Amino acid sequence: MPELSPLDRQILATLQGDFPICERPYAEAAGRLGISEDELLTRLQQLLADKVLTRFGPMFQIEEMGGAFVLAALAVPEVRYDEVTAMVNALPQVAHNYRREHALNMWFVLATETKAGMAEAIARIEQETGLPVYAFPKEREFFVEMKLEARA
Amino acid sequence: MIDATDRALIVATQGGLPLVARPYHAIAEQLGIPAEEVMCRLQAMLASGVIRRIGAVPNHYAIGWTANGMTVWDVDDAVVDELGARIGGLDFVTHCYRRPRARPTWPYNLFAMVHGASRDECAAKAAEIRGLLGAACRGSDILYSTRILKKSGLRIGS
Repeated sequence: MPELSPLDRQILATLQGDFPICERPYAEAAGRLGISEDELLTRLQQLLADKVLTRFGPMFQIEEMGGAFVLAALAVPEVRYDEVTAMVNALPQVAHNYRREHALNMWFVLATETKAGMAEAIARIEQETGLPVYAFPKEREFFVEMKLEARA
Repeated sequence: MIDATDRALIVATQGGLPLVARPYHAIAEQLGIPAEEVMCRLQAMLASGVIRRIGAVPNHYAIGWTANGMTVWDVDDAVVDELGARIGGLDFVTHCYRRPRARPTWPYNLFAMVHGASRDECAAKAAEIRGLLGAACRGSDILYSTRILKKSGLRIGS
């Protein structure tokens, strides 16, 4: 894990949203941080290269554009774990995938542009892996705001 | 709803914004539309909720949140929505949803993500949730993530 500088922490604390939409947004965001546009661009490049950031840009809600978003899980036999991971990750509809400690040991989020696309993606995973997909579509959303500041 | 130009804009930005001084102009050039239009459309998608936010997406492990627990609860259907709203209101819960059960394998209908620098920290947060649920809770578990297998975010085809 790379050492984070005070500036990196400040970037993480202030830039997880509200990135400006204007001609020179990095210059504007850098101004808020009291640094130069070049300095911010360089830090962001480094944070992405170090995988401290997975991305810098817009986060979309596919349901708001007519698509579907489903949390799903598989109970993968340990001997097949790497093979099944490769199969599941190969689908572009798989947005995130986590290994978790449970009989259902693979949890992933499927994001599809259409509602019909969801059933197809699930069927494809079942066919390729030979394992039943447990689908947990949200019935109600109480809260979502994944903004965590740097720790440690 | 979005149109074909919005969709092209999503395809162009879903992997991230260009790290150049005028990123929206760079996207505009790539798509062959005016920069003003790119900015107006992004603004409109933010307003309508198609874009949740624009900014840095951290790898939470890399910034010190090494324990990430999906707490799951079997809560009485009669009160799950009321309690879900209260749990979603806790400042340490980053996601909270009601989802269908899949009995017998999966008796849980309420999901709340908690994070910490240690599992003890997550467990303490789960205990706080447990306290709020009270007698309505009939069972629970915490599923810790042990590996990020993929974290690309949304990817629609071009």
